[in-house]
Amino acid sequence: MSEEKHQHVVPYRVYVIILIALLILTFSSVGITSIELGEYTVAAALIFAVIKSFLVLTYFMHLKYDKLYIRVMVGFVFALFLVVIIITFLDYLFRT
Amino acid sequence: MEHAHHVEHPDMYDEESSKIGMWLFIFTELLLFGGLFIVYSIYRYLNPEAFHLAGEELNRTIGTINTVILLISSMTIAMSTTALRKGHKKVAIALVVVSFVIGFAFLVNKYFEWGVKFSHGIWPGSEQMLAEMSQGEILFFGLYFVMTGLHALHIIIGMIIMLFTIRGLAIGKVTIKRPSMLDNCGLYWHLVDLIWIFLFPLFYLIH
Amino acid sequence: MQTTSAVNGANYLTYQGKYKGLLGWIFSTDHKRIGLLYLYSIATMFTTGVLLGLAMKFELLAPGKTIMEAQTYNATFTVHGVIMIFMVVIPGLPAVFGNILMPIMIGAKDVAFPKLNLLSWWLYVLGVMLVLAALLFGNGSPDTGWTFYAPYSFKTGTNMLPAIFGAFVLGFSSILTGLNFLVTIHRLRCPGMKWTKLPLFVWTLYGTAWIQLLATPVVGITLVLVALERIFGVGIFDPALGGDPILYQHLFWIYSHPAVYIMILPAMGAISEIIPTFSQKHIFGYKAIIASTMAIAFVGYLVWGHHMYTAGMSGPAQYYFSLLTFIVAIPSAIKVFNWISTMYKGSINVQTPFYWAISFIFVFMIGGLSGLVLGSLATDVHVHDTAFVVAHFHYIVFGGTGFAFFAALHYWFPKIFGRMYDKAWANTGWLVFFIGFLALYTPMFYLGLMGMPRRYYDYLEEFHSGNILSTFGSWVMVTGFVIIIVNLIRSARKGAPAEANPWHGKTLEWTIPSPPPVLNFETEPVIGENDGPYNYE
Ligand code: HEM
Ligand SMILES: [Cu+2]
Repeated sequence: MSEEKHQHVVPYRVYVIILIALLILTFSSVGITSIELGEYTVAAALIFAVIKSFLVLTYFMHLKYDKLYIRVMVGFVFALFLVVIIITFLDYLFRT
Repeated sequence: MEHAHHVEHPDMYDEESSKIGMWLFIFTELLLFGGLFIVYSIYRYLNPEAFHLAGEELNRTIGTINTVILLISSMTIAMSTTALRKGHKKVAIALVVVSFVIGFAFLVNKYFEWGVKFSHGIWPGSEQMLAEMSQGEILFFGLYFVMTGLHALHIIIGMIIMLFTIRGLAIGKVTIKRPSMLDNCGLYWHLVDLIWIFLFPLFYLIH
Repeated sequence: MQTTSAVNGANYLTYQGKYKGLLGWIFSTDHKRIGLLYLYSIATMFTTGVLLGLAMKFELLAPGKTIMEAQTYNATFTVHGVIMIFMVVIPGLPAVFGNILMPIMIGAKDVAFPKLNLLSWWLYVLGVMLVLAALLFGNGSPDTGWTFYAPYSFKTGTNMLPAIFGAFVLGFSSILTGLNFLVTIHRLRCPGMKWTKLPLFVWTLYGTAWIQLLATPVVGITLVLVALERIFGVGIFDPALGGDPILYQHLFWIYSHPAVYIMILPAMGAISEIIPTFSQKHIFGYKAIIASTMAIAFVGYLVWGHHMYTAGMSGPAQYYFSLLTFIVAIPSAIKVFNWISTMYKGSINVQTPFYWAISFIFVFMIGGLSGLVLGSLATDVHVHDTAFVVAHFHYIVFGGTGFAFFAALHYWFPKIFGRMYDKAWANTGWLVFFIGFLALYTPMFYLGLMGMPRRYYDYLEEFHSGNILSTFGSWVMVTGFVIIIVNLIRSARKGAPAEANPWHGKTLEWTIPSPPPVLNFETEPVIGENDGPYNYE
C-alpha cells in the first residue's frame, strides 16, 4: 500500500488563528453566561461549545484535509449520539 | 526487512490505517463520555434548581484558566505535526514537551480545585454532603467528580502517550515517513480538549 | 520479501516462529492462530455455561428444592448468563471465524493491527479470569442476573466488583476486535475487491464491528458507574440519593440491545455463505442483504427500550420503542426470504453445515416471531419476566447464534484444520441436538404464557409436566453436544486430509490450500470484473 502521499502541511499560522478564535469564544461564553439569561444560559453556553468543538475537529484534528469518508464517519457518530439522547428524553420529558 | 525473523507480522505500516484506527478509538471514547453526558442532562433536567445552586460553588476562574491552557496545548501539539512534516525534528519535540508541561499544569490546577472541595467536606459519599445537600446537589457533585475525574484520567493517558511519542521522535522511530504516532498522539490530545470544551460550560458556567 | 519463501510449505498450524510450543500460540500475532485461541477459549466457556444450564434444569425438574437452594440458583443463572453472553455469543463468530477467515476472504495477509488483535485475546482471558475470581473469592458469587440491574447490583453483599470489572474488560476486548476489523475491511482489501464484491460474511462483520465500537463504551461507563456506586456511594443510580435506577436500565440496554445484533449479524452472515454454497447458486438479493444488514445495525441502536416496558417509562417512550421494534424486525425477515429464494431451484447438496443452516432458519423464525409478542406493548406486559422470555432469547441467541456457530464450524472445519470430519456422526449429532433443543425450550413458551416467572428455583405444581419435558430435553441436547464435540476433536487429529475446496465454494478462502499457509496467499489475489463471491453457473 504505497500510494504517493500528497500530504497537506498546515502552516503554523492557521493554528494560531484558530487558537485565537477559540480563546475569544471561550471568553465570550464566560461573559454571556454571567448575564442573567434564565433558561437560555445553557443554550448559549452549548452553542459556543459546539462552535468551538467544530473548530477543533476541523482544524486541529485535520478533518478539513482528510478524506470525505472520515468526515462522514465523524458526523455520523455525533448524529447517532444526538439521536440517542433525544430518545432517552422521550421517556423523561413525558414522565408523570 | 529489519525483522527477518518476524515472519508473523510482515511490516504493515499504513498511515491511513493508523489514522482511521485512531479515529475509531476516539469514537468509542466519545461514546464513553457520551453515556455520562446522557446521565448529566437527564439529572440536570430533573433537578434544575439544585444544579444551578451547586454550580455556583465551582470556581469559574480556575475553570477558565484550565480551558485556556488546554486550548493552548492543543495548538502546540497540532503545530508539532506541522514541524515534523517540515523536517524540524527538534521543534517538533519541543512542542510536544510544551504540551506535556501544560497538561501537567492542568492537573496541578485540578488537584488544588479538588483539594478545596475536599477541605470543605465535599467528596463522593461524604457525610457532610449527605447531611446538608439536597438530592440534586449530591447528584451534581457526584457527576462533577466522576466526569472531571475521568477526564483527568484521560489527560494522564494523553501525557503518557506524549512521553512515548517524544521518545519515538528522539530515537527516529517517528519520522516524516512514519508520522502516525505523533499524529495520533495529537488526535488523542484534541479529543481530551474536545471533551473539556463541553465539560467546562456544563459545570462551571451554569449560573 | 524473502521471509515469505522461508515459510512456504509450512501451514499456519505447523510452522514455527519466534517461540516454540504453546508460547508460539499464545504470543502469535497470526490472525488464524488467534482465531483458534478464541475457538478453544470460547468452547471451554461454552461447556462451562452448558453445565450450569444443566444444573438449573435439574433444579427445575421438580417443584421445591431439588439440588440447590434459592441463593445458589440465583448465582447459577447469573454466572450462566454472564458467561454465555459476554464470553460466548458476543465474541463468538467474529472472534473465531472473523479472525480466521475474514482477512482471507478479502485477500489480505492479516488484519490491520496484528498485535492489537493478540491484545484483544489477552484481554478476553483477563476478563474471564476476573469473572471467575468473583466466583471463587469474596462473599459468594454475584446474584444479580447478567443485567446487573441497579440498585440491587450495588446493594447486594455478593462479590460484584470483579465481575463488573471483568465484564468491562471483556467489552474492551470486543471494542478492539471491532476496531481492527473495521480498519482491515477499509484498508486491506485486495485489488479489485470492491465493496460490492465482498462476501456477505465480511459485510455482516463490518456492521457488527460498528456496533461493537459504538455501543460497548456505553455499557462500559455504566458498569464503571455501578462500581463507583459500590465503592464510594456516589448516588448516581441510588434512589435514596436522588438517582434514577431506570436510567441505569436505559444505559444498560443502549448497549445490550445492539449487542444482540452483535450476536446475530455475523450468524446471518455465516448462513449467507453456507446457503449459496450448498445450493450452488448465486445468493438471492446480494444488495438487499447488505442493505438490511446495515439497516439492522443502525435501527437496532434505537430500540433498546423494549426491555423496559414494565419498568416505569413514560407512555410516548413506550409507543415509540414498540413501533421501532416492529420496524427493525422487517430487515431480519427480508433475510429469511433471501435465503429461501436462494435455495429455490438450486442444486442442493445436503451436508452437515446445510442441516445446521436450515435448522437455524427454522428456530430463528420462531424466535423472531416470539420476539414480536415481546415487542408489542400489550402482550409484553403479560409475559415479561416469565419463562416465555427465556424461551424467546434462547431460541434467538442459542438457536440463532449458537446454531450458526455450529454451522460455520462444520462449514470451515476442513479449511481450518485441513481434515474432514466424519459426516455420519456429525449428522447424528446435529439431529440429536436439534431434537433436544426443541424439547428443552419449546415447553418454556407454554410455561411462560401460563405465568411461570423466570429466575426462580421453584414453581407451582401446575407447571410440573412442562418442566419435566424441558429438563429431559436438556439431557437429549447435551448428548448431541457430546457427539458433535467428540467427533470434531477426533477428526481434527485423525480425519482424512481435506481438499482445498470440499464444498465447491467461490469465496477466496477456498482458493488456497487447507489448512492455509502462514501468509495466506502466495501472490496477492486480484479480483476481476466478472468474479464474485457467489458466481456459480
Ligand atoms: C445447555 C444449554 C443451556 C441451558 C440448559 C440453559 C438453561 C437456562 C436456564 C434454565 C436459565 C434460567 C431461567 C430462569 O430461571 O430465569 C437460563 C438463563 C439464561 N441463559 Fe441459558 N441455557 C443454555 C444455553 C444458553 C446459551 C447458549 C445462551 C447464550 C446466550 C444462554 C443465555 C442465557 C441467558 C442470558 C440467561 C438469563 C440469565 C439471567 O436471567 O440473568 N443460555 N438458561
Ligand atoms: Cu432488545
